[in-house]
Amino acid sequence: MSTLPLLKERTSQIHRKGTAPFELDCNKDSLAGAVSQRACVFCGSRVVLYPIADALHLVHGPIGCAVYTWDIRGALSSGPELHRLSFSTDLQELDVIFGGEKKLEKALDELIDRHRPKAAFVYSTCIVGLIGDDLEAVCKKVSAAKGIPVLPVQSEGFKGNKRAGYEAACQAMGRLVGTGDTEGIGRHSINILGDFNLAGEIWLIREYFTRMGIEVIANITGDGRVEDIRRCHGAALNVVQCSGATMDLANMMRERYGIPAVRVSYFGVEDMAEALYTVARHFGDPAMMDKARALVKAELATLLPELARYRKALAGKKAAIYVGGAFKAFSLVKAFRLIGMDVVMVGSQTGTKEDYLELAEITDLGTIIVDDSNPLELSSFLKEKDVDVFVGGVKERPIAYKLGVAFCDHNHERKEMLAGFAGMLNFVREVYGSVMSPVWKFVPRRMEKRS
Amino acid sequence: MSKMPHYTATTNACKLCRPLGASIAFRGIEGCVPFLHGSQGCATYMRRYIISHFNEPIDIASSSLGEKNAIYGGGPNLKLGLKNVTAKYAPRLIGVATTCLTETIGDNVPMILAEYAREFGQADSPFLVQVSTPSYAGTHMEGFHGAVKAVVEQLAEATAPHGGLNLLCGFVSPADIRWLRSVMDDFGLPATILPDYSDTLDGPALLDYPLIPEGGTPLADIRKMGGARATVELGATLPAETGGTVLAQRGVKLYRTGLPVGIRATDDFLELLAAISGRDIPGHHLAARGRLVDAMVDGHKYIFGKRAVVYGEEDLVAGLAGMLAEIGVHPVLCASGGKSGRMAEGVAAAIRGLDCAMPTVLEDVDFYDIEGQAKELGVDLVVGHSKGYAFARRENLPLIRVGFPIHDRIGGQRILHLGYQGAQGLFDLITNTVIEKKQSDSPVGYSYM
Repeated sequence: MSTLPLLKERTSQIHRKGTAPFELDCNKDSLAGAVSQRACVFCGSRVVLYPIADALHLVHGPIGCAVYTWDIRGALSSGPELHRLSFSTDLQELDVIFGGEKKLEKALDELIDRHRPKAAFVYSTCIVGLIGDDLEAVCKKVSAAKGIPVLPVQSEGFKGNKRAGYEAACQAMGRLVGTGDTEGIGRHSINILGDFNLAGEIWLIREYFTRMGIEVIANITGDGRVEDIRRCHGAALNVVQCSGATMDLANMMRERYGIPAVRVSYFGVEDMAEALYTVARHFGDPAMMDKARALVKAELATLLPELARYRKALAGKKAAIYVGGAFKAFSLVKAFRLIGMDVVMVGSQTGTKEDYLELAEITDLGTIIVDDSNPLELSSFLKEKDVDVFVGGVKERPIAYKLGVAFCDHNHERKEMLAGFAGMLNFVREVYGSVMSPVWKFVPRRMEKRS
Repeated sequence: MSKMPHYTATTNACKLCRPLGASIAFRGIEGCVPFLHGSQGCATYMRRYIISHFNEPIDIASSSLGEKNAIYGGGPNLKLGLKNVTAKYAPRLIGVATTCLTETIGDNVPMILAEYAREFGQADSPFLVQVSTPSYAGTHMEGFHGAVKAVVEQLAEATAPHGGLNLLCGFVSPADIRWLRSVMDDFGLPATILPDYSDTLDGPALLDYPLIPEGGTPLADIRKMGGARATVELGATLPAETGGTVLAQRGVKLYRTGLPVGIRATDDFLELLAAISGRDIPGHHLAARGRLVDAMVDGHKYIFGKRAVVYGEEDLVAGLAGMLAEIGVHPVLCASGGKSGRMAEGVAAAIRGLDCAMPTVLEDVDFYDIEGQAKELGVDLVVGHSKGYAFARRENLPLIRVGFPIHDRIGGQRILHLGYQGAQGLFDLITNTVIEKKQSDSPVGYSYM
C-alpha cells in the first residue's frame, strides 16, 4: 500500500530546512482523526508528579486512567515506592450520576490510613470535570482530618494537551513549596527540576553536583520526597531540565521567593558539561568552577576514547528523533553530531515556536522538522530519508521496527541511564547495539536494496 | 461465592477500560480503523498499552475533543475526525467507540453518524459501526463483546443460507486464532472467525508502513453471517446479549462452549465441531491428545497438589482453572476485575468431576484483594498476565504468563492457550517452572530432576 498525501491541515506543522524561510505552526490542539502521538492533560500531570515516591497518587475517575499509568515510568526511588502503585476511585455509573465526592473521601481515608503517605495528590480526570465534583473541598477536608497535605491536580484530560498537565502539576507542587523548614540550608544550594530519575539518572547528576561542593535540597521530581519539596524554597538556585515540565514551578518560585533559575540539559557531552559550568558560573565561585572543570576533564578522559571506537562504526549513519519535549531533541542533535551521525528528521509532541527555531538553527539543510506528528507521517519520513536509527518512545518503536529500522528508546519507560557522561556512553551503546544488529539483513527494506 | 471485604479504593486494578476491548476487536476486522470518540489521551494510552504487548503498530484514531467540545458537544470533531481518517487511511470500516467523556456529555453518536453519512456519504465511503463503551460501566471484556455484537448487528445482512459457520472466538491470542482457523479447515468448515487479529496484530516485517495491516475478518463474510448454519461462541461467562444471540434472533443456531483450554474443554469443542460438520475428529488432533496425556503422566508427580492463583478475564480464568485441575494443580483462588456474575458457575463447570475442591472465586477484585487472599490461602504458583508480577515477586512465587497483557516479555501474541497443543505448551511450561524453582532453590545443584 502506498502512503496517501498529508492532510492539508498538517502541512503547516512540517518544515524542511532550506526549502523556505523557517515557519512552523505549533502549540495547537491535535487534529481529530490524525492519530496524534500525544496524550492528554492528565498524562502531563501524571508524568511530572509520578516519581514523588512517598506521596499517594490517587486518580479520581473511571479505571482506565489509573490502569494505563500503573508503574509506567522507570523512575527509581532510593526508599519508599508508593508511586509504583496504581490507585483509583474506579468511578461507576451511579457515581457519575450522583457525584463521586463521597467515594473520593472514603478512598482517601482508606488509602491514607493504609499507606501513611507524606502527602496525597488527587488527579482529576475528564469525567470529574464534567460531573462537577468539588475536589478542592474534599481535599481540604481530608487534609484537615489526616494532617497531611492533600492536593487536587486539575488534570481533566480534555482541557488541553500535555503542557496544560505540566502546569497543573506545577500548581499542585507549588502548594507544597514554602511549607517546610529551611534552616541549615547553605549558600551553594540547588534544586534539581525536571529530572525524573529514570534508571537512576538523578543519582548520577547529584553526585556531579556534590563533587563540585553543591548541596542539593530537592529532587523535583525524580526520587522525590514531599519533605524536600516543602523546604525547597530555601535553595539558592533552581536548575531546570526538560523544556516544559517544571519551568512553571521555577517561574513561580522566582516570583514568590526570588529564586533564580537556569535551564540545562544532562544529555550529551556538551550539554552535560555546560550544565555544570552554568551552575558554577551562577555561584561565581572560582574554586567551584575549577572543580567542575576537573570533573569534566576526568570524565571525558575515560569517555572520549570509548566514543571514538563507536564513532568509527556509526559515522555517516542517519538518525531520526521524535520526542515529547523539544529540549531533549537539542541535546540529541548534538550527541549524534559528536559521533558523526546525521540527524535527518527531528520533531516533538509539544515544542514551542522558539524550540523549533532553535532546532532549525542547529540542524543541517534538508532536515525535516515536525510538530505533533503521527504514525503515517513518521513512517513516511523514515522511508524518505532512509533512516538508520529512530529515537523515540514506546509508541514510536513499532513504527521503526515494522519498517526494519533500528530504534533507541529515549522516553520515560526506558531502563537505561542516558544522562550524564556515563549516560552518553550508554546512549551510544544503545544506538550501536540496534544499528549494528544482523537482523536488518533480513528485513524487506535492506533485502530489496541488495537485489 | 465468597466475597472480600469491599474496599472503596481500587489498588492495582485487574481489569482495563471498556474502549480498549472495543479497539482490539475492531482491529480484527478487514480494513477497519478503530476510532475513539473522546479526548486524545484515551487513544494514545490504549495504543501504548496494546503496543507493549503485541509489539505491533496499532493506530487508533481519536476525535481529540477539547474543552469547547465538551461543553458544546463533540459532533463536529467526530465528523472532522471521520473525514480525516477516511482521507488518510482509506478504510473500509471505521469502528467508533465512545468514552466516558462523550457518554457523560450525552453525544448521540448514532445520530451524528447518520448525519455524517447524509452530509458526506458517497458510494465508496467506509462503513461506520458504533458501540457504546462508557468506561465507568464494565471492563474491556464488555467493550470487546460489545464491539463484536455491534459489528454483527450493524453489518450482517439478510442472506440466503450457506453452509458456513460463525465462530465468535472471544479475546484470545493471535496464535489461538490461527489454531482455530486450522481446526475449522480440518473439519472442512468454511468459518467466519470474528474478530480475527491474527495477522493485524502479529504481522510480518514490511517494506512500507501499512495504512491498515492486511488481514482481519473479511467484511463480505461478516455481511453473510446471518446465512450460516450455526454460530459457535466461546466463553463460559458471556453476557446475556452478544453477537451470537443477535444472530440467533435471526435464526442462526447458537452453540456456546467454554474456551477450549485443557483436555476436556478441547474435547467438547472438537466434538461440537464434529457434530456440526458431520465429520470425525481428524487423526492429528487425536495424536496431539495422545501426546498430551502421555506428557501429563510423565510430569504429574512434579506438580501434584500445587496450589495456584489464577486471575484475568473471567472466560480465560474459568478455562485455566479446568486445565489446572486436570493436571493435578489446585486452583485455590480464581479472581477477576470483571463482574459477570457467572465466573463461579464457569469455574465449577470446568472442574466438575476432577476431585478438585471448589476454589475461592472472586469477581470485581483488584490486585490488593488478590494478593491478600492468595497469602491467606497459601499458593505455590501465580497464573495470569504480567500485571501479577509485582506480587509474585514479593511473595517469591513463579509467574506463569498467559493472556493479556504481557508487558515484560516478548511474544505474548504467540502464546497458544487453546487446543491440545495449547494445553501441551502450558503443561510443559508449568511443570518446568516448578522443576526449575525446586532446582534453583536446592543447594545440591541436581543435574537430573
